[in-house]
Amino acid sequence: MNKYIERLYNGIIKENPTLILMLGMCPTLAVSTRAMNGIGMGLSTTAVLILSNIVISMLRKIIPDQVRLPAYIVIVASLVTVTELLIEAYLPSLYSALGIYIPLIVVNCIILGRAEAYANKNTVMLSAMDGLGMGIGFTVALTLAGMLRELLGNGTLFGLQVFPESWEPVGIFVQPPGAFLVIALFIAIMNAIGIKTRQRQLVESDGCDMGCAGCAMASECRKAEKKLPSDTAEGGPEL
Amino acid sequence: MMKNMILLIVGGALINNVVLNQFLGICSFLGVSREMKASASLGGAVIFVMTVASAVTSLLYNYVLAPLGIDYMKTIVFILIIAALVQIVEMFLKKKSPAIYQALGIFLPLITTNCAVLGVTLTNVQNEYGFLESVLAGFGTALGFTLAIVLLASIRERINEKDIPAPLRGAPIVLIAAALMSIAFMGFSGLSF
Repeated sequence: MNKYIERLYNGIIKENPTLILMLGMCPTLAVSTRAMNGIGMGLSTTAVLILSNIVISMLRKIIPDQVRLPAYIVIVASLVTVTELLIEAYLPSLYSALGIYIPLIVVNCIILGRAEAYANKNTVMLSAMDGLGMGIGFTVALTLAGMLRELLGNGTLFGLQVFPESWEPVGIFVQPPGAFLVIALFIAIMNAIGIKTRQRQLVESDGCDMGCAGCAMASECRKAEKKLPSDTAEGGPEL
Repeated sequence: MMKNMILLIVGGALINNVVLNQFLGICSFLGVSREMKASASLGGAVIFVMTVASAVTSLLYNYVLAPLGIDYMKTIVFILIIAALVQIVEMFLKKKSPAIYQALGIFLPLITTNCAVLGVTLTNVQNEYGFLESVLAGFGTALGFTLAIVLLASIRERINEKDIPAPLRGAPIVLIAAALMSIAFMGFSGLSF
């Protein structure tokens, strides 16, 4: 397979950031109330991800190793600010729907994670494709969650009525608890059909929990785990 | 005045819970909730950092960014402030209070990427809070985070001993527990003063 196509496949299926790596859970849970919001958030993050991968890949030989994390954060924050201003200017309805979650793209683990794991070691073109693949994978997962929640919680799909008017929507699915339930369902289905999420593989190797797999702060996280007096750490089905 | 202040804290902690209602800080909420002790320490560190971060960013926004007309720089400035603040807090505690450092120190670096801290500072600006209001809102929000993570940790310590259907083991059962907590916290939205 062409190595550029391979990056796309890797991002969308093999290492899907949300469903397999379990990164970026905050926006996934928060904005998946409607399918359209999921697409909007997914595409905004994709744009930032591609650009940040390109910029970081271009600067990878210039940024000194010791200060790379602050440097990445500044690059990502600048790109997010530009994206936020563009959305505010051209897509005001999306801007009000996503609200505070647009500036919070800065702290989305996927972006720093890809910078650290891929863009600072690879060429500009490959990094751009990696960003595109990861972004599409994130968008797909968000849209799926959004579609399921909108369908069950509101009876509509992309704003169009699907279930007849007489059908009583299950309101809880567009409320906060529905987000947790839908994501739990997705992961449970993947467990049942035998797709291993990264978080389970990690437990077997070094014991870091979900959420920080591949995140830039994962090493700190592991340090934190190890330093704990682990009196209750052993035994039981762990996360 | 007094009523408003209480409302800010209670609202941040219970009615508009940062984790269960706004989905901020989910990474550490799910990641560091395996044991009660660790989650309580993280909660302590978050209370500290979030309150100080709210105070500093509020002053900076109201007296530097807004008068200069560069309020669109807030995301960049705030994330740098939080990162620097966490470093300073860590160094200060290491020198002045080794006991607290032992308890909180290892969790401090994790807080930089905790989106709840950036989230609360941006919400403060969005709601046009003054200095005192920002500090109280930050404190209340952090209290809510600590409450949620300690509760989840105590639930998880019990879940660990139960026989759970195989596909639900691990992340799904924790998310379902979080969903039930979220339903319970929805009850607080009926609170009024």
